[in-house]
Amino acid sequence: MKAFLILEDGQIFEGQSFGAVKETVCEVVFNTSMTGYLEVLTDPSYQGQGIVMTYPLIGNYGICYEDMESDRVWPSAFIVREVSRFSSNFRREGDLDAFLKDQNVPGICGIDTRALTKILREKGTMNGMLTTDENFDIEEVKTQIKAYRVKDAVKTVTCKEMRHYEGSGYKVALLDLGTKKNIEQCLVDRGCDVTVYPAYTTAETILNANPDGIMLSNGPGDPKECVEVIEELKKLYNTDIPIFAICLGHQLMALANGADTEKMKYGHRGGNHPVKDVKTGKVYISSQNHGYVVKEGSIDRDIAEVAFLNVNDQTVEGLHYLNKNILTVQFHPEACPGPVDSNFLFDEFMNMMEVSK
Amino acid sequence: MPKNNNIKKVLVIGSGPIVIGQAAEFDYAGTQACRSLKEEGIEVVLVNSNPATIMTDKNIADKVYIEPLTVEVVEKLILKEKPDSVLPTLGGQNALNIAMELEERGFLKEQRVRLIGTSAKTIKKAEDRQEFKDTMEKIGEPIAPSEVVNNVEAGLKFVEKIGYPVVLRPAYTLGGSGGGIAANEEEFITILENGLRLSRVNEVLVERCIAGWKEIEYEVMRDANGTCITVCNMENLDPVGVHTGDSIVVAPSQTLGDKEYQMLRTSALKIISELNVEGGCNVQYALNPDSFEYCVIEVNPRVSRSSALASKATGYPIAKVTAKIALGYHLDEILNAVTGKTYASFEPMLDYCVVKIPRLPFDKFIQAQRTLTTQMKATGEVMSICTNFEGALMKALRSLEQNVDSLDHGPYKTFTDEDLKKELEKVDDLRIYVIAECIRRGMSLEKINEVTKIDLWFLDKIAILVEMEQKLRSADELSKEMLSEAKRLEFPDGVIARFRGTTEREIHALRKEYGITASYKIVDTCAAEFAAQTPYYYSCFDGENEVQADESKKKVMVLGSGPIRIGQGIEFDYCSVHSVWALKDMGYETIIVNNNPETVSTDFDIADKLYFEPLTAEDVESIVDLERPDGAVVQFGGQTAIKLTEALRKMGVPILGTSAENVDAAEDRELFDEILEECCIPRAKGTTVFTVEEALEAAHDLGYPVLVRPSYVLGGQGMQIAVSDEDIVQYLGIINRQHQEHPILVDKYLMGKEIEVDAVCDGTDVLIPGIMEHIERAGIHSGDSISVYPSLNISKKLKRVIEDYTRKLAKSLHVIGLINIQFIIYQDEVYVIEVNPRSSRTVPYISKVTGIPIVDLASQVIVGAKIRDLGYEPGLQKESEYFAVKMPVFSFEKLRGAEISLGPEMKSTGECLGISKDYNEALYKAFLGNGVDLPKHKKMIMTVKDSDKLDAIEVGKRFTALGYTIYSTKNTCRVLNDHGIPAKYINKIEEESPNLLDLILSHEIDLIIDTPSQGVGKSKDGFLIRRNAIETGVTCLTSIDTANALLTSLETSHKEKLTLIDIATI
Repeated sequence: MKAFLILEDGQIFEGQSFGAVKETVCEVVFNTSMTGYLEVLTDPSYQGQGIVMTYPLIGNYGICYEDMESDRVWPSAFIVREVSRFSSNFRREGDLDAFLKDQNVPGICGIDTRALTKILREKGTMNGMLTTDENFDIEEVKTQIKAYRVKDAVKTVTCKEMRHYEGSGYKVALLDLGTKKNIEQCLVDRGCDVTVYPAYTTAETILNANPDGIMLSNGPGDPKECVEVIEELKKLYNTDIPIFAICLGHQLMALANGADTEKMKYGHRGGNHPVKDVKTGKVYISSQNHGYVVKEGSIDRDIAEVAFLNVNDQTVEGLHYLNKNILTVQFHPEACPGPVDSNFLFDEFMNMMEVSK
Repeated sequence: MPKNNNIKKVLVIGSGPIVIGQAAEFDYAGTQACRSLKEEGIEVVLVNSNPATIMTDKNIADKVYIEPLTVEVVEKLILKEKPDSVLPTLGGQNALNIAMELEERGFLKEQRVRLIGTSAKTIKKAEDRQEFKDTMEKIGEPIAPSEVVNNVEAGLKFVEKIGYPVVLRPAYTLGGSGGGIAANEEEFITILENGLRLSRVNEVLVERCIAGWKEIEYEVMRDANGTCITVCNMENLDPVGVHTGDSIVVAPSQTLGDKEYQMLRTSALKIISELNVEGGCNVQYALNPDSFEYCVIEVNPRVSRSSALASKATGYPIAKVTAKIALGYHLDEILNAVTGKTYASFEPMLDYCVVKIPRLPFDKFIQAQRTLTTQMKATGEVMSICTNFEGALMKALRSLEQNVDSLDHGPYKTFTDEDLKKELEKVDDLRIYVIAECIRRGMSLEKINEVTKIDLWFLDKIAILVEMEQKLRSADELSKEMLSEAKRLEFPDGVIARFRGTTEREIHALRKEYGITASYKIVDTCAAEFAAQTPYYYSCFDGENEVQADESKKKVMVLGSGPIRIGQGIEFDYCSVHSVWALKDMGYETIIVNNNPETVSTDFDIADKLYFEPLTAEDVESIVDLERPDGAVVQFGGQTAIKLTEALRKMGVPILGTSAENVDAAEDRELFDEILEECCIPRAKGTTVFTVEEALEAAHDLGYPVLVRPSYVLGGQGMQIAVSDEDIVQYLGIINRQHQEHPILVDKYLMGKEIEVDAVCDGTDVLIPGIMEHIERAGIHSGDSISVYPSLNISKKLKRVIEDYTRKLAKSLHVIGLINIQFIIYQDEVYVIEVNPRSSRTVPYISKVTGIPIVDLASQVIVGAKIRDLGYEPGLQKESEYFAVKMPVFSFEKLRGAEISLGPEMKSTGECLGISKDYNEALYKAFLGNGVDLPKHKKMIMTVKDSDKLDAIEVGKRFTALGYTIYSTKNTCRVLNDHGIPAKYINKIEEESPNLLDLILSHEIDLIIDTPSQGVGKSKDGFLIRRNAIETGVTCLTSIDTANALLTSLETSHKEKLTLIDIATI
């Protein structure tokens, strides 16, 4: 079946439909990872977005459910050049097309994803509509597409109930702003006793549990929307409890400390971003997925110093809060998909908890 | 950390002659590295014995030594040049081994010279089997259970523990030389004995066989600060068991999930960090297809063939970055030249699929075993880029230039199902065509996977191609959709036409009507995330075109030479690159088309635009449609480019230089004979034939021996000397296995002295840099002969004749640019053998030793310049005061079962050079560069054919005088004894023990001289002698002339007082 991707500026890509047959409007972003499409699809940070994979051959190794980063697919649409008709891997349990049908998420394939990526790179991230209806009125849908906003994203993705993973190690409170399973896993692997809290849990509730450390997860959308969470983070900042934050968590902690965030032209999404440890000069290749960034210069030097910088565009990739046991990073040390080079930061978090004990 | 300012003068060690397992990739790496060092203001001293390389050009390094790559020579060079550092990681295994020996001897420390790039400790950790094993165990990286053994007993004991099959890998050898898989004790002993002999340190690793697992490679970079990145990973379509150099390889990996991808990536970074590598490094893995279990197969702590492939596959210049790291820079301080915005500390992301296919030499070695093993056999490779795997595979297949245009290839259609099943079990270079035929016949992919262990994903892709083939054959009408899809999968028009029963032009026209044309995409290292201006392109049929033609300058398209194979080597890349440089200098926009990932010409900063594409008429036409070049240059790209002359002319692209008609005239026997007659130049009598009957008649007319060969070939492919009717029947049969568009030539064979000339002609004047003389008499291909410049034994009179003939031929053929002529001097008379109106194998060599930049001159001439205006006097140039001896280098030990005796068909893979003011020293250096460094036991075997017996007496006397003990079989022995030479009698192989074979296997023989008689009737005995010699590492000469040259070199051994010559000063 024919499918169309209509961009808000009126450009149309024609391809074939796969996955669910469904019309959807989304924010179109591209991801340059060559593997890990399932992890991408199930990362809550992509809520409300349509993902373009720049690597042209997708679905090669099928679907393996244990690789899911949450219980469901979050993006609204999946945009690829070619879906492999056959998938092969010893862990394969299904294929991509059937999986997306099952998840009721539409996909489009057979389009020039490189051309699309160049448009997004040049003009910046924009909205788009995916449809199988050939008789669309371009002017009409353009207005509809333009009006779309990713809204209440954290509210949509965060867990409704607290959950708990028993462990004999440090007691960690994980604030679920849209957490990937592997953040939990990285803590559990280190023996932590992890309690996952819904995003809108109050600081008091968390502190009452007396955690050894607090972990702020990744998550979707515009950080400035999360006004209530930011207020609670201010309270958490004022305690001496070690805090480790990733992605949205990092942005919210910065906002809680008077810094500013801004939307990037087309963001960082992929598994090849170099981040430099400012202290050692060593560069790590990181997994990234963010469309917003903490504004360089908006951080009060007396409050925090830049711990990591992006080598490509010099954007802030991590902050170390002075006289505090707080480290926040923009990238994803939990990987999945992508390189695990910065996974040692979880060990550092363990150290922070050890020291402050 | 910025540059280390203590590094001011660096010695770069090259990789030496091209052999199987070590090809043009090191010229590419070395050239890139030298340029990168010079860019930083470093004084670069280069040593490499290979004259056909670009890295040995004066403008690449400050001082260039084309000298034998031995430890003694490099020591001498260090004493002479006093570099402060040595960079050994860009010259392959050769350079690494030399550096290790220098370090082990304490020489470097003594001279206060440091190894930069990677330390000796690191090299040892990665290369020494035991240290490597210990290191891997220390960091918990799994390797297959293995043990290093020094003798057969220890090996057998270990195998008792782990069981067959086992893999054997000799330490410190090239391309897996001497290695293999043994399934039983007999095989085990054979391979092990051979391996122990070949290993420099007499060590062979015996390990559990993991054949059938997925083979995955990672290219990693690390700087002194510990920052590590992976440039690229690659998956072999052929599972473990086939050397990666002989495997079809795809980048990036296709069947690995993120968990597996990251697992191996993490392992690779852990290894490179533990080894402390500074620069590029290659890690090979075997991955169990049914679990996360993996083993590290091998680590190369240097730039390798795989890193050349990874560089071209991603656009990330590994050699350049490695050189910068060696100078102290950190990855995040080195700018990514492709984007100009990002830094070398990132990982390339591909938005296309890359396929590499090896070029195997079985067309040259019909007798050699085709089976692919852990011993590399390929001489070169092709790479292709496409937006889908099927397309990349199709493009790569047709880039091979083996008369393949699709998977519809080979005789398998006529096989019975039973035979086909047997064929499928063979692991060889034709397996992919067998698989396609199996799919055509409906064999299940699961079944094929069971036999071949090739991942089902790849098999399904082959199935997609077969299905398209069937659709094209059976559809009533070729719809736009179907044609579009066929083109997306890169079916050439010619193949579609064949399946549709129509002509290529018709499909082409239909395509135009439907608006289906190739578009071009940019290789940008970052999947379009950042804007890039790299002029590095590939074509596809499913996307928008990103490439615009630039109309501001006149532009010239230079056609490259494709994969390296015997007969068409790195020399032609040298010529292509120099032509590009010369044209650029003259203000032209240059466009290069080529498909060889190992070469300098496919580096993206050589030409103004690089199209990484197959060199077929259709692929070139698509580029021409876009670029509309003002002219094309075909005379530098060997036969590959020459073959496109006619097609280009039809596309309306002017051929710069010698016209298409005149190229034809040199190849067309009748036209050529007319020209010779006009010029009053004699040639050996001969005629053209098509059938066996005609050939027999011609042979009878001329009288045996005769030379039989197809026209329009390079490297003497299919050329044979026939001495009987039986030979004629057999040779014609072989030639006609492939459809011949052109007639076959039958010539009287003259056994004289062969002479070769390269010249530049501007239409009026002819410039001849020099006359080269071959040591071996005619009958041995010029590429396999030792060549000497200036000529030694040619009278002034004959030189004038040669000069005169060259001028006449160049002018009669209206040559504009280069011409190569081979003459024969027979009974004081000069005959023409062959004229090639194009560049030749000897061009780089003669350019370097005469100091006359022939390709540059030719490039200027083809766009209108005159020799006189370029500052040169026409005619034969004054002879150089240096002798230069070009020595062919063979790779016979890599090709089981290959016939090594020399003949009119070329067999050498590379060459090395010896330069000196003294002829004997030059000769000695050339032998030394070829690894012939004899006296050990001073025992030799001589068995010569009857016609050589007289010459053999002199040779025998001289060897005896040098203290050699000579062993000979009956006839030779008798002749030698009769002339007072104390040769010892030994039984022939078919006679009872102790015989020749026992003698060879006693490992006390240094040299074998075995001159086989020509023709089909050659003895099996001789073949066995020669093979056993090669496989036990004994030097074996098959021509008396070569033996004489070796004697001259041995008699005047200069080892102690070799003079080293900086060719930049010549």
